[in-house]
Amino acid sequence: MTAFYRALLKLYPASFRADYAAELTRTFEAQTRDRGAFGGALAAIGDVLPNAIAAHWDIFRQDLAYTARTLRNARGFAIAAILVTALGVGANTATFSVADFVLLRPLPFKNPDRLVRLCEGPKDGGGWGCMNQLSPANYRDVANGVTTSVESWGAFTGLSANLVGRGEPIRINGALVTPSLLHVLGVAPIRGRAFENTPPAEPPTTEANTVVLSYGLWQSHFGGDENIIGTQLQLDGAPYTVIGVMPSTFRFPSDEAQLWMPLPLPSQVFQQRDNNYLDAVGRLREGSTFEQARAEIAAIFTRMQRDYPDVMAETGFSFFRQQDYVMPRNRLIILALCGASLSMLLLTCANLANLLLARAAARERELAVRAALGAGRDRLVRQMLTESVILALLGGLAGVGAAALAMPLLQMVVPQGLPLAEAPTLDGRVLALAGIFTALTGLGFGLIPALRAGGATGFSALREGTRAGAGRQRLRAVLVAVEIAVSVMLLISSGLFIRAISRVQAVDPGFKPDGVVTMRTTLPVPKYAEPEPRAQFYDRVLNDVRALPGVEQAAYVSGVPMVLWGGIAGIEIPGRPVVPSRRQGVAFRLASAQYFGALGIPLRRGRDLEDADTPDRQLVAVVSESFVQEYWPGEDGLGKTFIVRDQLRTVVGVVGDVKTRGLERTNEPQVYIPARQPPEGGLGGLYVPKDLVIRAPTQGLSIVPAVREAVRRADAEQPIADVRMMADVLDGQFATRNAQIRILGALAVLALLLCAVGIHGLLAFTVAQRGREIGVRLALGAEPRSVAGMVVGDATRMALFGVVPGVFGAYLAARAMSALLFGVDPGDPWTLGAAAAVCMATAIVAALRPAMRAARVDPITALKTD
Amino acid sequence: MATIDPAVADLLPLPPATFHILLALSGGERHGYAIIIDVESRTDGSLRLSAGTLYRSLARMVEQGLIAEVGRRRTRDDDERRRYYRITTFGTAVARAEMARLTELVKLAKASGLTPRIA
Repeated sequence: MTAFYRALLKLYPASFRADYAAELTRTFEAQTRDRGAFGGALAAIGDVLPNAIAAHWDIFRQDLAYTARTLRNARGFAIAAILVTALGVGANTATFSVADFVLLRPLPFKNPDRLVRLCEGPKDGGGWGCMNQLSPANYRDVANGVTTSVESWGAFTGLSANLVGRGEPIRINGALVTPSLLHVLGVAPIRGRAFENTPPAEPPTTEANTVVLSYGLWQSHFGGDENIIGTQLQLDGAPYTVIGVMPSTFRFPSDEAQLWMPLPLPSQVFQQRDNNYLDAVGRLREGSTFEQARAEIAAIFTRMQRDYPDVMAETGFSFFRQQDYVMPRNRLIILALCGASLSMLLLTCANLANLLLARAAARERELAVRAALGAGRDRLVRQMLTESVILALLGGLAGVGAAALAMPLLQMVVPQGLPLAEAPTLDGRVLALAGIFTALTGLGFGLIPALRAGGATGFSALREGTRAGAGRQRLRAVLVAVEIAVSVMLLISSGLFIRAISRVQAVDPGFKPDGVVTMRTTLPVPKYAEPEPRAQFYDRVLNDVRALPGVEQAAYVSGVPMVLWGGIAGIEIPGRPVVPSRRQGVAFRLASAQYFGALGIPLRRGRDLEDADTPDRQLVAVVSESFVQEYWPGEDGLGKTFIVRDQLRTVVGVVGDVKTRGLERTNEPQVYIPARQPPEGGLGGLYVPKDLVIRAPTQGLSIVPAVREAVRRADAEQPIADVRMMADVLDGQFATRNAQIRILGALAVLALLLCAVGIHGLLAFTVAQRGREIGVRLALGAEPRSVAGMVVGDATRMALFGVVPGVFGAYLAARAMSALLFGVDPGDPWTLGAAAAVCMATAIVAALRPAMRAARVDPITALKTD
Repeated sequence: MATIDPAVADLLPLPPATFHILLALSGGERHGYAIIIDVESRTDGSLRLSAGTLYRSLARMVEQGLIAEVGRRRTRDDDERRRYYRITTFGTAVARAEMARLTELVKLAKASGLTPRIA
């Protein structure tokens, strides 16, 4: 019985057990002497269980009260520790939530790891992403030829249509898809059905006028109508029947897609191999590898290059997994931020450790006294544990707040155009991980003093005053060096990015965005399939808009720079050998009169496009300077002829180059032809003029209602969309970079502050500890100034220990990120030097107060203490 | 009513077990089991402290300064040393204050016409 009771006693807190186990046992024995075994056991359980819980609770409350008291007394320490923890937890939770969202989380398709994408690309089959799409003929050959390693193929192309029906006409985006595509992706509709599956390259049989809606469109435009299946709606003036609604997680090809329609593939589209508009999606067969599929595709392309040398000679492919459909650049940006936050975690852990070590030293005596007064080691450890856990919890909570605040900024680095929801949310798993990390640091370093106090050294601490622990001093110096190294790395990285963005900002976009409003009026087909009705529409709108007060110039164009990237056409120069078309692509634009003036593109030579350039006149073109340089170097280019889209055109004007794809990309030369002289045989949606460009410097966006009215007068069913200022389009070029600089910059400043705190704390502590030694020096005639110099020297040495590896680390990091640096040298001496100098200066400033304290030490008092 | 020392007032009202232990110790130094016996006989067996409750209370009371350990000594019937406790001046003050509080309470109850039922 007694043995059972003794075993039960283990439930009590160790400190209580150590004190009272013997007495408890004896008393219990006396009380239960006359009871049977069963009654005794019952009494034992009834006695120990509630009392053990109560005893634990008592101690916890005591510790809590004690913690509250000590933290209140050491408010500076508590706030610093909580803030440092919050920073580490917050920064990491936020960045890794974004990284996980963009790079790691499986896409919302069936077995997403087996989905692959195919486009045309460089001849060697390398290349990334989808710069050139597939022609239907090439797609058909691939879909029919690559079947061993890929079980099914589908294809899609972008779709933009005017939806008329309920309420205002709206412009919506979607995709024209082969009926097989939804089956390849393996996502079923939540209402109705998908398109009937057909062989990958065959046109839909009976379902030409059906649509599948996105969940978003169903909710926003149709109010989530339960009877939506079978409903008719009008798209670009033609009737369509709704046959299905996709789940809310389904966003393909990107989150902009609002509906899907069957892709018509009439036999004539298979005639031309250079009419490229399809993106292909495949599903790898179970057990087949990505490389097997690549080999199979390469074989098909080799055959096509041989069979159709005139168009295919220089054409290869770009094959990649759907999950890798994040631009390498965006991936790099996110990885860079992850690196920065990991550094931050390292920094915060180092700082926390440093804070706790400093505090441990300060408390060593207190704990030694308590141990001497009989507080057991277990009891002290337990109390330290409570203290550390409370600190970690408070820090973690503040960290969640910090992460939530940082999320909007971080969302700006999420790339557009992915099959994902718009915004990542805070990730619980990441939060837990970061929390555990910091909590462990807190626990680890928080326990040191308690363990020491309980051990034999406890008494030496009591005896020797506060001079114990030279080894720990060294550890703290190393931690400070780590902090400085991390700060230097963050400073240099931000510095390099700031230099890079100033370089990007210095790039001339080629146009003057201020005061320019642009909007899109995509004209529906077949209503506007012919040039004549189109021209009438443009004329009416432009006439009215140009007459509006404040409008200086207005024009129509296929697409404004930095919004329309593609629209690339091949050209030929009469009398010169034909070079395969892909090599000599030009950005091909149809524009009305006044386009160059409206956008502020300078006319260098010759004349502007004019309204008088009608099909019955000479076919003309205005080209950019780089075009002339490429084909007629050293000449002015005027009067020269070239062939584009099978038509011979004469250069009548030369304009400045425009960064059509964006400031940081290589851009094709530009060719502009009059909107009234369209190439024969129809225009792809890409080239049809649809973007209205209005220069109205005094008006800005306030001109929009009047323009909307003008458009309505021309065609009451025509919506306008994508209203924006060109200045915003240009600013968009810097959005990701700006976000990145703000994040990195904020981290760097925080890192520097933490460093300063760390250095200051350590030196102040050293000075206090070495009070006696300093007193002796001063008593022996040392100058206060030299004593202060000694402290500053300590700081400088510590800083150097950090700066050197920091600079080295930063150089390596910058080399890995060099694709983002826009030509800034990763070893840029100015940035490196400035960052190192800032760090050294911070170290010295942080050392000033302790140095002054050292200089003011009174030798008498110093020698009297202890 | 006289003003009470705030340190004393902080502890009022006392948990019943604490009050009984103080009463037991006001008769002289006692070891743990003796306290249990004392409390039990004083209350005619209606309050029987278990070992755990007793020592948890004792530990807390030592911490609060109500009682103190006297040191270990031998009992008549026992070879081993046992822990003895005594009430402190502070403990006496607290017991008195609790008594005053209870008396006041009883007075109030009587004034409102309530009489105890004698079983």
